[in-house]
Amino acid sequence: MDNLITRRRRGELWIGAVILVVLILLPLPIADAYTRNLIIISILFAGLAQAWNILGGYCGQISLGHSLYFGIGAYVSTLLFVRLGVPPLVGMFAGGLIGGLIALLVGWPCFRLSGHYYAIATVVVAEIGYLLFLNWDFVGGAMGVYIPFKGDSWVALQFRTQKLPYHYLVLAFATATWIAAWVIEGSRWGFSWRAVKDDVIAARSLGVRVFPSKMAAAAISGFFTGMGGAIYAQYVGYIDPDSTMNGQLAILIALPAVLGGVGTLWGPFLGAAVLTPLSELSRSYLGGSGRGVDLMLYGLVIVVVALARPAGLVSLFGIRRRPKGVADGSPA
Amino acid sequence: MTAMVFQVAIGGLLMGLIYALVAAGLSLIFGLMDIVNFAHGELMMLAMFAAFVIWQYAGLDPLMMLPIVAILLFGLGVLIYRGLIARALSVNFNRGMVQIFVTFGLAIFIRGAAQFVFGGEFKSINTGWLAGRTAEIAGVYLPLPQVAASFVCLAAFAGLLLISRTEFGRALEATREDRDAVALIGIDRDHIFALGWGLGAATVGVAGVMLAGFYYVAPNVGANFALIAYVTVALGGFGSLLGALVAGVLIGEVEAITAAVLEPSLKQVGVFGIYMIVLMVRPRGLFGKL
Repeated sequence: MDNLITRRRRGELWIGAVILVVLILLPLPIADAYTRNLIIISILFAGLAQAWNILGGYCGQISLGHSLYFGIGAYVSTLLFVRLGVPPLVGMFAGGLIGGLIALLVGWPCFRLSGHYYAIATVVVAEIGYLLFLNWDFVGGAMGVYIPFKGDSWVALQFRTQKLPYHYLVLAFATATWIAAWVIEGSRWGFSWRAVKDDVIAARSLGVRVFPSKMAAAAISGFFTGMGGAIYAQYVGYIDPDSTMNGQLAILIALPAVLGGVGTLWGPFLGAAVLTPLSELSRSYLGGSGRGVDLMLYGLVIVVVALARPAGLVSLFGIRRRPKGVADGSPA
Repeated sequence: MTAMVFQVAIGGLLMGLIYALVAAGLSLIFGLMDIVNFAHGELMMLAMFAAFVIWQYAGLDPLMMLPIVAILLFGLGVLIYRGLIARALSVNFNRGMVQIFVTFGLAIFIRGAAQFVFGGEFKSINTGWLAGRTAEIAGVYLPLPQVAASFVCLAAFAGLLLISRTEFGRALEATREDRDAVALIGIDRDHIFALGWGLGAATVGVAGVMLAGFYYVAPNVGANFALIAYVTVALGGFGSLLGALVAGVLIGEVEAITAAVLEPSLKQVGVFGIYMIVLMVRPRGLFGKL
């Protein structure tokens, strides 16, 4: 039997498929490298924000330390490639796995904290990771690691001049995070996590195992974030602690999800579609000479959106599509 | 050897008292209304720039301008509450995240504005009664601006303690205990919150002015101090004045010792390590109430 929820969820899939087709075709008519780069970065952050959303949105744990998993993923895949010759196509998954593992390690002490205590603990853990990598010579220290170019290849995920392959790579990544979120939304886990988010005590009294729920969400979230980091490393060709582990990055990962609509399927993507171009464009047009105008604009947008649309930008599209007969309670 | 041990201990104490005062302002606002002000470091940075500007154009010594900057920051704190935080409190969906990201956005805005007005390069206040002077006691060197800053910090803590004994302080405490019940006894919650923000901002303003006497001034100077302030507050227990003081000094000492024993670039790893250990043993911090 078709009920309301399965019908809505199938609708989401159709919308997703249409948007996917649009995004597959989008770069084809665009020739200039700057715009293509902008789109790639936006899609990458859409995927990262969706990964954050799995823990922060569905499970309600506001992590401000996702830069750690991103950086770990970037470093694992890069070092595997540079030192051991493991192709990044494999390394990407290794980076994700280690990222998920680290998320579990971080979650183990931190999930005993709640609210602001948890948020601050994640900031601190990420900062410890950043400082350690900055001072750890084996991983290149503050100098970072250059990824040598070994010819265009889908196995090494390296393309000298082409942007198109990266476009499809990040699109596949973002799609994977979306599908994960879609599956979670309809699964038993998703319901448990949302219960944990809304009220821990009530959830526990209903038999939801709170700590394992948080850990599972953290592992999945960390996995995708690490994977995103590995992809970023291959795209840029150079990593250092400042570009992959900086605390600011954790905010850039969380913001699209929060401002787009936390705990929703489309919020993180919508947020990234608005915020990432805004930040990149304002930096290139206002950042240089205006000195700080880009930051002022960005900060202002965050404040205004957060106050005016607390449920996120998706609420702009919040048309309730209630089938007739259900809304007014009359028998169907 | 003894002199060196004392040198490290004194250095940690002097810095720790500044950390403690920065954290006290944060803790005050948190304890009052359950909001973490992520723009706290930026408020400190603004106070440092205010001190720099007053020093440059009026030639006042940091010690003399303390009341001016404190009043300015008090006004700014009230303004931030009235303009932003009161609105963030009235949101009825997703309130926790809205509060976090409103102050985050504000922090980014303030940092951008400071960069726009003052530029990104480091500035410092290098003349004044105490600037650059040190005293020596039994082989231990005491930089006088830092010593003065420590005394001011202690005085500020004493001041906060006195305020908590006044009518206003009792109203603060009552509002913290039960923000709805206070309305019944004629306390205007909004008014108390605004004053609390003013007081928190003024507190970090005092710390900023004294810090400007011996530290560089730049738009991004707040970020690092803010991070330490969050750790201090979480370590001492949110909302606890005594916790902020003890944790601040503890962090100053751990930082100084790590820098001396391991490596200066790793000094914060020691701080964060201590914090993680304490949180595992005592999740609500040293003096936090549940």
